[in-house]
Amino acid sequence: MTDHTSSHGLAVALSDLTRVYGPVKALDGFTLDLAPGELVALLGPSGCGKTTALRILAGLDRATSGTVSVGGKDLTRVPASKRDMGMVFQAYSLFPHMTVIDNVAFGLKMRGRDGASRRTRAGDMLDLVGLGEHADRYAHQLSGGQQQRVALARALAIEPSVLLLDEPLSALDAKVRVQLRDEIRRVQVEVGTTTLFVTHDQEEALAVADRVGVMNAGRLEQLAPPAELYSAPASRFVGEFVGLSNRLPAEVRDGVAALLGREVPVLPGSTTGAGHALVRPESVSVVADAAGTATVATVMFLGPLSRVTSTLADGTDVVAQLASSDALRLQPGDAVRLEVAPTPVLVVA
Amino acid sequence: MTPSRSFRIARAVLLLVFAAYFFVPLLAMFDFSTQVRGSAPGRTWDNWTFMFRDEDLRSSIVASLLLALLTVVLMIALLVPTMVWVRLRVPRAKKLIEFLCLLPLTIPALVIVVGIGNVYSWVTYLLGDSALVLTFAYVVLVLPYSFRAIDASLSAIDATTLSEAARSLGAGWFTVVVRVIMPNISGGILGAAFISVALVLGEYVFASLLRFDTLPVAMAALYKSNGPAAMAAALASMLLVSALLVGLTFLSRDRHRRNPGASS
Repeated sequence: MTDHTSSHGLAVALSDLTRVYGPVKALDGFTLDLAPGELVALLGPSGCGKTTALRILAGLDRATSGTVSVGGKDLTRVPASKRDMGMVFQAYSLFPHMTVIDNVAFGLKMRGRDGASRRTRAGDMLDLVGLGEHADRYAHQLSGGQQQRVALARALAIEPSVLLLDEPLSALDAKVRVQLRDEIRRVQVEVGTTTLFVTHDQEEALAVADRVGVMNAGRLEQLAPPAELYSAPASRFVGEFVGLSNRLPAEVRDGVAALLGREVPVLPGSTTGAGHALVRPESVSVVADAAGTATVATVMFLGPLSRVTSTLADGTDVVAQLASSDALRLQPGDAVRLEVAPTPVLVVA
Repeated sequence: MTPSRSFRIARAVLLLVFAAYFFVPLLAMFDFSTQVRGSAPGRTWDNWTFMFRDEDLRSSIVASLLLALLTVVLMIALLVPTMVWVRLRVPRAKKLIEFLCLLPLTIPALVIVVGIGNVYSWVTYLLGDSALVLTFAYVVLVLPYSFRAIDASLSAIDATTLSEAARSLGAGWFTVVVRVIMPNISGGILGAAFISVALVLGEYVFASLLRFDTLPVAMAALYKSNGPAAMAAALASMLLVSALLVGLTFLSRDRHRRNPGASS
């Protein structure tokens, strides 16, 4: 997690936001606090309300109820143009009739900065995103990744109190996406602006964020650092949405779940009695054993790691993630024994 | 004979046929307007210089040009902000605006004139009897064509994202429309403007029935007394409109060379 004490960002508070579109409740009592300089990623399936929350923070949409405050100031009724927030959009949003440097300087012009200081600041921002040499080009002369980097420079040029990223990488190809993702994080740490990053890509969210908020049906299901979110999901939705999970039959008694012939501790929020444990593939190990009750169904090679799917006697499929060196010794049809690591699991009804 | 050669010949023949279809009447008009008949046949520019010498014709030309200019200005001032606003803020109203803008196309000009005749009694009473008051009627007349041109341009850009980006950077709505949206739909606006000019310079029914002396009305009157001069004036107005359209083509081409991303 980033050290926020040295940053220049402001705290952001979205309190009890509700947004109703006719019969649809896009946000339902949504509350989120961002520490100064923190990068929080909002993750969730399509239609969960994450973009609505970001747009309300930006002032591009109005909450039906609830408040938005930045640095302790109530901005709920302040128009977007007066909120002092930089935003990078999912769609390419550079002004086509302006050069790259004019795009970056646009926000400064709106703030009445003189021409020379505008060009200097815009040039600095372009250098920050590595596009100083493209200052006089037009948007159509840049690749998608370059356009989004210019959009990032444009959003940061105004020294915004909050940086908003609305799925800025979703239109890019996989390789550029990873590069730009890392660059966004580097720049954000460098400038220390409080940032809200909306994405539906969990790898992206887990990789760049200080904390990740998982949303479902207009509500925040869990807000936690990436590792905690992954290892200790607070709800069935989070456990199933973030990463791969096996649903294995389990019996919970006295805070311990019995599954696959082994006892493992359970996470808070787990059900008691009979249920299903959400077990990560990397918590399952596969041991070749002629007397084992499971059978290897498939072995999927993924590079350094492989995914082995085995079938239990009752027909339940169990996915395990192993080092490829171990996994490639197994063949479909082999009899194996499955073991579960003694890490806490969430057991749901 | 190779197929490509026969194709080229067919293309050239078609081009010549179409050129003849368009240019022969124009050449005939030019011939008629410059011909001297009688005992000493020859050529004269008298009919062409007549439009600068004749006070009535000259004032009708000025009135028509001013009408074209005012119509374009008022049309842009009304239509562009309305269409941008509807697209960004009330997209549900787009169908209604489209219906209203296309309505003049479906109502015969004669019916409109009869309908607005009484209104114009008041307009001339309040604003005077200058032909320029026709601007209001002409804006309605050019709405269907202007709407189509601007709507096509607006559809070609992501106006919502551009305006939201500009607003998040501190731009107010006026700046969004004037500095962000309008430069990116300039092709459509130019197209709408030139179509409007062409329509206004050729409009006869409104002006004639509402008794205003515009160029087409003056030409029609002149045709009864001096056919060759009327022909010269008609040809001159056609050349002017053609020059405007050629100008539009070059303007768009130049703009695209500088910024191929913009719509046209």
